[in-house]
Amino acid sequence: MEKKKSLRHFMGQEKVAGYVFSLPFIIGFALFLMIPMVLSLYYSFCKYDIQNAPTFVGLRNYVNIFQDEVFWKALKVTCYYALIGTPLKVIFALIIALILCRDTKATGLYRATYYLPSIIGGSVAIAILWRRMFESTGIINAFLSLFFPGMSNFNWFSESSAIWVLIILTVWQFGSSMLIFLSALKQINKELYEAAMVDGANKWKQFWRITLPLLTPTIFFNLVQQTINSFLAFTQSKLITNGDPKNSTLFYTLYVYNKAFPTQGKSQMGYASALAWIMLIIVSTVTALLFLSRNKWVYED
Amino acid sequence: MSKKKTVGAIVYHVLVAIGAFIMVYPLLWMILSSFKPTNTILATSRHLIPTQWTLDNYRNGWKGFMGYTFATFFKNSFFISLLSTFGTLISSAFVAYALQRLQFKLKRFLFILVLATMMLPPQIMMIPQYMWFRHLGWVGTFNPMIVPYFFAIQGFFVYLIMNFIGGVPKELDEAAKIDGCSYYGIFFRVILPLITPALITSAIFSFIWRWDDYLSALLYVTRPEMRPISLALKLFNDPNSGSDIGATLAMSTLSILPATILFLIFQKSLVEGIASSGIKG
Repeated sequence: MEKKKSLRHFMGQEKVAGYVFSLPFIIGFALFLMIPMVLSLYYSFCKYDIQNAPTFVGLRNYVNIFQDEVFWKALKVTCYYALIGTPLKVIFALIIALILCRDTKATGLYRATYYLPSIIGGSVAIAILWRRMFESTGIINAFLSLFFPGMSNFNWFSESSAIWVLIILTVWQFGSSMLIFLSALKQINKELYEAAMVDGANKWKQFWRITLPLLTPTIFFNLVQQTINSFLAFTQSKLITNGDPKNSTLFYTLYVYNKAFPTQGKSQMGYASALAWIMLIIVSTVTALLFLSRNKWVYED
Repeated sequence: MSKKKTVGAIVYHVLVAIGAFIMVYPLLWMILSSFKPTNTILATSRHLIPTQWTLDNYRNGWKGFMGYTFATFFKNSFFISLLSTFGTLISSAFVAYALQRLQFKLKRFLFILVLATMMLPPQIMMIPQYMWFRHLGWVGTFNPMIVPYFFAIQGFFVYLIMNFIGGVPKELDEAAKIDGCSYYGIFFRVILPLITPALITSAIFSFIWRWDDYLSALLYVTRPEMRPISLALKLFNDPNSGSDIGATLAMSTLSILPATILFLIFQKSLVEGIASSGIKG
């Protein structure tokens, strides 16, 4: 009885309750994030094919990676995709948000419709659909040939254009960035525009002098988030192009996957682990750089 | 002046509506084509509305492949998605409450770790986690797709719920405390009922992401009867499994149905949730 009471008293303390409620995360972080990371750091210094025990090889994986042409190719493809796809997506999101920030009876419906592709865009169904749409007999060519008769047999999955099929897919999913812009637009003080009107500034000037500067924090947020996302694209490239042709759509994460689970030959888990660690360093660096650039162009009051 | 305004409004609505139509056109095409006879889909691809409606694609597609119907794949997906979502909600709400309301020594440190998990997306963790789960003997089971989610490993669900708890007046906690409520009582009786909107938003995103999760299925599913819809659909579409385009489009349409229905029902709270928390989509 006495013991039970003291346990209750112990558990009732604020600091104890704090740890009790945090317990799921503490366990989960250790078990599913910390241990795997440490383990893979160790394996990145090993030769390991899953079947046989890992053997320590020092920095060899890292040295080999930097001499690996496919690694550089995958890095180039991923950067191209991120550097073109992300700004396009954010610009689209901003333009549509500016158009939809007007309040009419149908506005809710419009927002939902423009946002819908983002909700289901990550699914396998959409990947399959996208592949079918851009086949030479698909609807994209069927429509394009109405305007450009030469396009009826255009091969979208060629070395130069396959990446664009994936870029168009990611740009199509601008919806969540758009919603974030919309909520930021709502928070802009209306009096600023009234004052600008009194001073004779036209709409165009108002946009460049008021709207855009005040949106820079939101633009920054969207850029960071979407850049990280595009560096990590996997499912859609695996399903739509599988890196083909000639590795022209070989995203970095797909390359990591292929090294760990090759369709033929031995798994190179050590090599893949080293690749994953390099990716982590790259993503952290890019994020850090974006944050460093923040002071240069993000407006804060 | 007012006439000019009306014309302007009409032009605006026409243009925005055309834009919206183009945005959802691929989806409409997929859904409506799935009701066309399969051999006419490519030839009539420019016509959205079928001239001849049929349910054959659904009948043929549902039969599945390799002895398993799509009923199995849907059941697997529902099982995985519902269970992992339940785990995510309850564990994230726990942790969010601790980090937002309670004072203890490691609180700040834990909060930084929660933010750090947002920097460790599944694509980076794919290889490390695979090797660890292999050690645990979890490859070929549903465990890797369910168990981790009971431990609040997705930082932004914690973050989203934290923000929401931050909006609950602290006086309510104090009042309950004076009435003799413990911290556990406060969580279950005061906080939990009040954060329902945040839980709904989290539940929908979690469900859709688990439902769409192709990578985990690819890594951990080893037997055909374990396949969730994402993996099954991919295999069903493979040219060498002898599928037809009609059946593939029909099953694709069914596979996006749960997400679409959730979206239509909770559209308003989702849109607001996204706007205020900046979740990715």
